[in-house]
Amino acid sequence: MASLNVLAFVCLAYVAFLFFIAFWADRMATRGRSAAWMRSPLIYTLSLSIYCTAWTFYGAVGYAARSGLEFVTIYLGPSLVMICWWWGLRKLVRIGRSQRITSIADLLSSRYGKSNLLAAGVTILAVIGVTPYISLQLQSVTLSFAIFAEADPLRGYNETSIVFWVAAGLAVFAILFGTRNLNANERHHGVVTAVALEAIVKLAALLAVGIFVVWGIAGGVSETLARIDASRIGQWNVDGSRWAAITFLSAAAFICLPRMFQVMVVENEDERHLRIASWAFPLYLLLISMFVVPIAVVGLDLLPAGSNPDMFVLTVPLQQGQQGLAMLSFLGGFSSATSMVIVAAMALSTMVSNHIVMPVWLRLQSRQASVSGDVRDVVLLSRRVSIAVIMALGYFYYHLSGGAAALSAIGLISFAGVAQLLPALVGGLFWRGATRSGALAGLTVGFGIWLYTMLLPALGGGLLPEHILRHGLFGLSWLRPEALFGIEGLDPTVHAVMWSMSLNALVFCLVSLMSFPSPLERLQGAQFVNVFEHSAGPRGWTGSVAQCEDLMIMSQRILGASEAQAFFQRERLRQGGRGPLPEPTPAFLERLERELSASIGAAAAHAMIGQIAGGSSVSVADLLAVADETAQMLEYSSRLEAQSAELSATARKLRETNEKLTQISEQKDAFLSQVSHELRTPMTSIRAFSEILRDAGQLGPQEQRHYAGIIHDETLRLTRLLNDLLDLSVLESGQVSLNITAGTLSEVLDHAVAAALAGSETPLTVLRCPEAEGFRLSSDLDRLAQVFINLISNAQKYCDAEQPELTVSASVSGGRLHVDFTDNGSGVPADAQQMIFEKFARVSPERAGGAGLGLAICREVMQRLGGDVSYLPERSGGAFRVSLPAAGEKAA
Amino acid sequence: MGRHVVLIEDEPNIAEAIRFLLTRDGWSVDAHSDGATASQVIRDANPDLVILDLMLPGKSGLEIVRELRAEHGMQALPVLMLTARGQMRDREMAEKAGVTRFMTKPFSNAEVLTAVRDLHAQAGQG
Repeated sequence: MASLNVLAFVCLAYVAFLFFIAFWADRMATRGRSAAWMRSPLIYTLSLSIYCTAWTFYGAVGYAARSGLEFVTIYLGPSLVMICWWWGLRKLVRIGRSQRITSIADLLSSRYGKSNLLAAGVTILAVIGVTPYISLQLQSVTLSFAIFAEADPLRGYNETSIVFWVAAGLAVFAILFGTRNLNANERHHGVVTAVALEAIVKLAALLAVGIFVVWGIAGGVSETLARIDASRIGQWNVDGSRWAAITFLSAAAFICLPRMFQVMVVENEDERHLRIASWAFPLYLLLISMFVVPIAVVGLDLLPAGSNPDMFVLTVPLQQGQQGLAMLSFLGGFSSATSMVIVAAMALSTMVSNHIVMPVWLRLQSRQASVSGDVRDVVLLSRRVSIAVIMALGYFYYHLSGGAAALSAIGLISFAGVAQLLPALVGGLFWRGATRSGALAGLTVGFGIWLYTMLLPALGGGLLPEHILRHGLFGLSWLRPEALFGIEGLDPTVHAVMWSMSLNALVFCLVSLMSFPSPLERLQGAQFVNVFEHSAGPRGWTGSVAQCEDLMIMSQRILGASEAQAFFQRERLRQGGRGPLPEPTPAFLERLERELSASIGAAAAHAMIGQIAGGSSVSVADLLAVADETAQMLEYSSRLEAQSAELSATARKLRETNEKLTQISEQKDAFLSQVSHELRTPMTSIRAFSEILRDAGQLGPQEQRHYAGIIHDETLRLTRLLNDLLDLSVLESGQVSLNITAGTLSEVLDHAVAAALAGSETPLTVLRCPEAEGFRLSSDLDRLAQVFINLISNAQKYCDAEQPELTVSASVSGGRLHVDFTDNGSGVPADAQQMIFEKFARVSPERAGGAGLGLAICREVMQRLGGDVSYLPERSGGAFRVSLPAAGEKAA
Repeated sequence: MGRHVVLIEDEPNIAEAIRFLLTRDGWSVDAHSDGATASQVIRDANPDLVILDLMLPGKSGLEIVRELRAEHGMQALPVLMLTARGQMRDREMAEKAGVTRFMTKPFSNAEVLTAVRDLHAQAGQG
């Protein structure tokens, strides 16, 4: 049996060999002489095999021994992803390259508006999710050491120190080869090559053990199959829900695990490698899982009951005395553990340093002074410390969990943890409506449920009190970690995956729908979802002429054809070139950019030139600046628009007011002019005749009396005019006080006819119908009488019939009382009917006794009384209708 | 030169006052109240002086003056215009139309007589 010393020596020699390979590959890469095979799809495919950790190397056999064929799901998930969803992975890789993505945390943060909160959250989630996994690798290495230690009882053996030295050694390896370059986006050729080598070692080891088991122990394929049929693995029932849940979990983990993201996206040399890996990697998985069941079956047969099935790969060759094979097997397991731990530590350290350490450090720096000096040292230091801390976490988790749990159980917990990233990741790739709030909410919910239903129960012990596990949080049975919402009888893993993933996805979608993405999120969302339209993939600008033509076309669009041509011509002359276009020298590009920025703004110009001359796609910062400028311009122009709209509205209002004022002023002028005329006319007569009476001594007494009579009449006319004017002004201002009294129509008419005809020589016959005039009225009867008097007087003045007659009739219709005054004259001419109710409107002045205010006053009075007065054009003579609300029924 | 005047005035009392004053001053006064027929009346009467109200039924005094001035032999006929609307604008328009003198109501009898005598004297000289 190999002593522990030999084992330790082999380990060290193997690690030294890996160091050498990694160092050599790195040297080749930095000198640019890396061989073609180093950039081949083979290396890429092999590096993907870090998916197969010590868990799959040792654990798969244990898994099969415990749960039969269920272990296949661990291989099925990734195979399905590679075969059926390689186009999705291609999108992921394309985005990773075009956006210079360094980790899955960076990807999610970048997609959701460069949110550092999200990145830090994802980082923490990943660290918590992956720590058990790292500890699992340490555990498997320790277990394998222990197997050899049992066989070498002479040596003092300290498990803790083994774990410690393994962790420390892996940390040193990861630090040496994972943090040589600052730019995390640069490929780690050394590490990847070493990982690929380890992939070959572990495959070779498992195949060798398998071949030995099948042909060396069982004695051939048919015998092996017979043994399988005879074992309990052969009769194992497949639990459908667990099968689906774990397949899904492993598929999700394959995409979301930080180390998988590292090798698949960050370390990807060429998108086309995915095409080959899409069938080559499933093939690798097939090979590595081929002998799992035979080893498990034979192990169960050969070894005493109670031996750890997780170690069959090691213990079966040992039991058969195959020292060399056991050593190879040990190296295979060691390879699986180390490659996983190194890449995982590298990936996690990038995340921790970029999204947690650096933001904190920068904030602290900015408080003191502006960031100066070399930041590289800080970043490298933070990465190295992060690797050490992650290793330490794994080491402590190993101590905390006691290293007792089965490997596959720990692996599944890890898988379910990182699978919580899936909704936000897939949503971000394919759904532009996905928002940062949605991603944060979904992650929080999913991660919380995972913690409560999976991680805490698994840790057991003091972390989650027993009564919560049994009776639920706060004693609520529907909050029991392993039977949420009262759903019992499910397998704990299925239960946890179902609840965490479905609620995660649901909350992610709902919050995304309800929240509004920021401009940057929108921009990034579009870039991610439409990555194949935005970037034309790997390409380089070759041929300066083509480049310059593109610049020319773009400039023509922006500057205008003639101006752009003139500019290019000038530049060509300045360069002294002979070709049709200038050479795209940096100086030329700079001048062109300045020229363009005058038209479209600095950021847009920079982005556009960068797109053509730089050969790279537009950077996010550039696009953002463009968007900002555009937004500012839009806002500015919309503000101007609003201002001008406001101004024109004000101008319109002013114009309207001005028109109204002008109109009012004209009306006032016209009115004053009319009043002046109406006053001056009688005054002229009065003055003339009073002067005649004063100056002319020889007038006869009859003439004297006549002239005095004229003066008297004209004075009365003046008085009437003034009265009418005052009456009208009171009525129009609305200050008239009505004196409501009761009476009948006939009484009012009696009074009006008597007043109108009194002292008049004109023979007007008023025809009435007393039996129709019995209506009771409740109104200002004096004002109503005034209207009637006015209408009767008008008939007196204007009726041109030889025997002038005025018919007064009354009727009720539509709740109104109508009183019509119809004479037998020729009526008001059609063209004058419109204006008779206006002030100073007189149809035939030679007959007028008044100033033309009568009907205007009538109309005002009737409006105050709630009625109206109108001319009836269809009657043969002059006809006016006075209407007012019928207050009472006809008096008996 | 004769002393024949045509008076066009729609206010009967004013017309009576002017007729009284001018008759006493030795004029023969031919008074009318309608604007529409005024031009014809003046043409037929061929007076030495016309006294015209601005606001007349049928046709405004300004229009009548314009018609007269457009006719041959009527350019020099003195026209005294009376109006109760004494605004500057009315005076300007009246002068433009060819009114010889413009007088605002109410006027004093002496003013009317002076104006009529002046116009008559000027026309005699011309």
